[in-house]
Amino acid sequence: MYRYTDFDAAFVAERNRQFRAQVERRINGSLTEDEFKPLRLMNGLYLQLHAYMLRVAIPYGTLSGSQMRQLAYIADRWDKGYGHFTTRQNIQFNWPKLRDVPDMLDALAEVQMHAIQTSGNTIRNVTADHFAGAAADEIADPRPVAELIRQWSTDHPEFQFLPRKFKIAVSGSENDRAVLRAHDVAVQIVEQDGEIGYRIFVGGGLGRTPMIGKVLRDFLPEADLLPYLEAVVSVWNLLGRRDNKYKARIKITVHEHGISEISRLVEDRFAVLRPAFSGIDQALFDTIKADFAAPDFAHRDSADFDRAYDRDPVFRAWADTNLSDHRIPGYAIAQISLKAHGATPGDATSSQMRVLADLAERYGHDELRISHEQNVVLPHVHKADLPQIHTILKAHGLATANIGKISDIIACPGMDYCALATARSIPVAQKIATRFDALKLEHEIGDLKIKISGCINACGHHHVGHIGILGLDRAGVETYQITLGGDATQDAALGDRTGPGFGYDEIVPAIERLIGTYLDLRGDAQETFLQTYRRIGMAPFKSALYDSETRVAAE
Amino acid sequence: MPKAFTPKVVTANALLEGDVVYLSEDDRWVRRLNEAELLTDEAHADLRLIEAQARHAEVVGAYLADVKPGPNGPEPTHFREDFRRTGPSNHAHGKQAEAS
Ligand code: HEM
Ligand code: SF4
Repeated sequence: MYRYTDFDAAFVAERNRQFRAQVERRINGSLTEDEFKPLRLMNGLYLQLHAYMLRVAIPYGTLSGSQMRQLAYIADRWDKGYGHFTTRQNIQFNWPKLRDVPDMLDALAEVQMHAIQTSGNTIRNVTADHFAGAAADEIADPRPVAELIRQWSTDHPEFQFLPRKFKIAVSGSENDRAVLRAHDVAVQIVEQDGEIGYRIFVGGGLGRTPMIGKVLRDFLPEADLLPYLEAVVSVWNLLGRRDNKYKARIKITVHEHGISEISRLVEDRFAVLRPAFSGIDQALFDTIKADFAAPDFAHRDSADFDRAYDRDPVFRAWADTNLSDHRIPGYAIAQISLKAHGATPGDATSSQMRVLADLAERYGHDELRISHEQNVVLPHVHKADLPQIHTILKAHGLATANIGKISDIIACPGMDYCALATARSIPVAQKIATRFDALKLEHEIGDLKIKISGCINACGHHHVGHIGILGLDRAGVETYQITLGGDATQDAALGDRTGPGFGYDEIVPAIERLIGTYLDLRGDAQETFLQTYRRIGMAPFKSALYDSETRVAAE
Repeated sequence: MPKAFTPKVVTANALLEGDVVYLSEDDRWVRRLNEAELLTDEAHADLRLIEAQARHAEVVGAYLADVKPGPNGPEPTHFREDFRRTGPSNHAHGKQAEAS
């Protein structure tokens, strides 16, 4: 893992000290809210519907056990005993008091964490594949690249007042687990003739006007990464629309100017910037790579795993659903679901966080990952330890075998917390999960991604859900619009709208009719919902949704 | 034709805790909507909002929210104000925790 240098530590400490003084001045009345707001946002502090909210970055989703334990401590000491993991590999605390936030930031700094650039019009927390360093299909670990980008982008003087937020994701595999093409810029590690380099995507994004990112460079040599990214952001910084915040994102710039014009401008700028990068960035990159050296993997017998797998159907169901292939034989990647049926997607209690920290330390080379799907990952566990891990998870409500299934729903906070929301998301996710658990259909249905947002900003990724749900306010009533056929992988696609929305009490029955249609019409049990949709199209689903007499028109 | 004025309350978030507060008739920030001052006159409502906004060392983001008169005081007319009045649906946190 990356360890802060003395410079990093001093920088964060100084920043916290500044913010503490600013909070003091806000409380004693010498700063107005208008003066204070940009200062608090620079430090990840929002004001939501019912309380403040502190957003903490988990760069590329990587955490150690002691960091996770500190998050648990913060949740207990200054919040309500839980935290909320988000689609951007952040954790949000929903109930801090203004006066306590400087102490929370100091507690974070003790474990090399912070909330800098988790808000505002800057380059946000750099995200990465949550299987980084572990996946069997990986070309190279994306985290050193993400860390290099993080260091370059943190407080980069040219990029502190961008037209809008800017999000970068990195993946080291052909299989995309980082939703690359929904990011402003994405970096995919590729190999060409034995040389490692990067494919660069630009102009993806969800929210209002969702767009799938386009390839800007098919192969960029490793040494050119930072000057090239700097050229991209710099071109957008000049060209991006500042007259209308809804048109400010780079996806609109790319759309308005065309990818070839953007490419031309970027190459021109790159030619100017390239000589300024003397190679020191690559020297730094090498030291960062060393920080991410793989742990010492043990060669052990995995008979214990096989025995448990044969004898215990509960363990087997969990193993089949929640484990993925590790690049080292005998090892596995375990995904820990934060989606127990009826739970709030992404929430973990402080005691669950401590359990996860313990498991990482005892069995997982002290590594944890937060996935953009709002789950936790133990990236390196030996198969022989999995029965024991499973037993511990079970005892703490963390053994739900539903990764990638209908109840593994991404849901943004929606109107239960978010000041921008137009409807609730969380209870819709809870009701769908509980309903399909009661029907005992979850494993029959197989792989299916439902994603829910509480407004057009799309924090819940609904556009790229196989089934996307968008909560809206229609004449003072919560209404839910459905999209079908979205895809967050390397085959990224935006979902298609089915038609008018459904009321709060109608949305679960509507999802049930969609699933019924899929189960009736799928080719065989192997054909997933998405494959069936791609084969038969919208029409049968639409009639299942709208031909029913029970439906009350909601739009 | 200008829209007819509908009843309002002044609401905001408390500076220190962040939670939802309402302005009462006697100039206190109260936690319960039904204790808020019901504003039925537009000019008076505008004045109360200006007074509330001046109290920036106590609250953040004061605005006028639509309500209707009820037997026990103002009641929300929109679901957003209803959630602000109670707290989130997934946990009994926020006001609903204190009210019970
Ligand atoms: C609760 C406070 C939040 C606020 C005020 C907020 C605000 C926003 C806004 C305004 C956008 C649209 C930006 C644009 O298109 O220019 C957005 C996008 C997004 N947010 Fe949030 N968000 C919040 C929480 C979250 C949470 C909890 C998550 C994850 C669960 C999240 C993940 C995202 C993602 C993935 C996008 C993607 C769309 C994109 O920017 O391309 N946000 N958010
Ligand atoms: S999608 Fe809307 S409701 Fe959901 S978190 Fe984002 S801004 Fe809030």
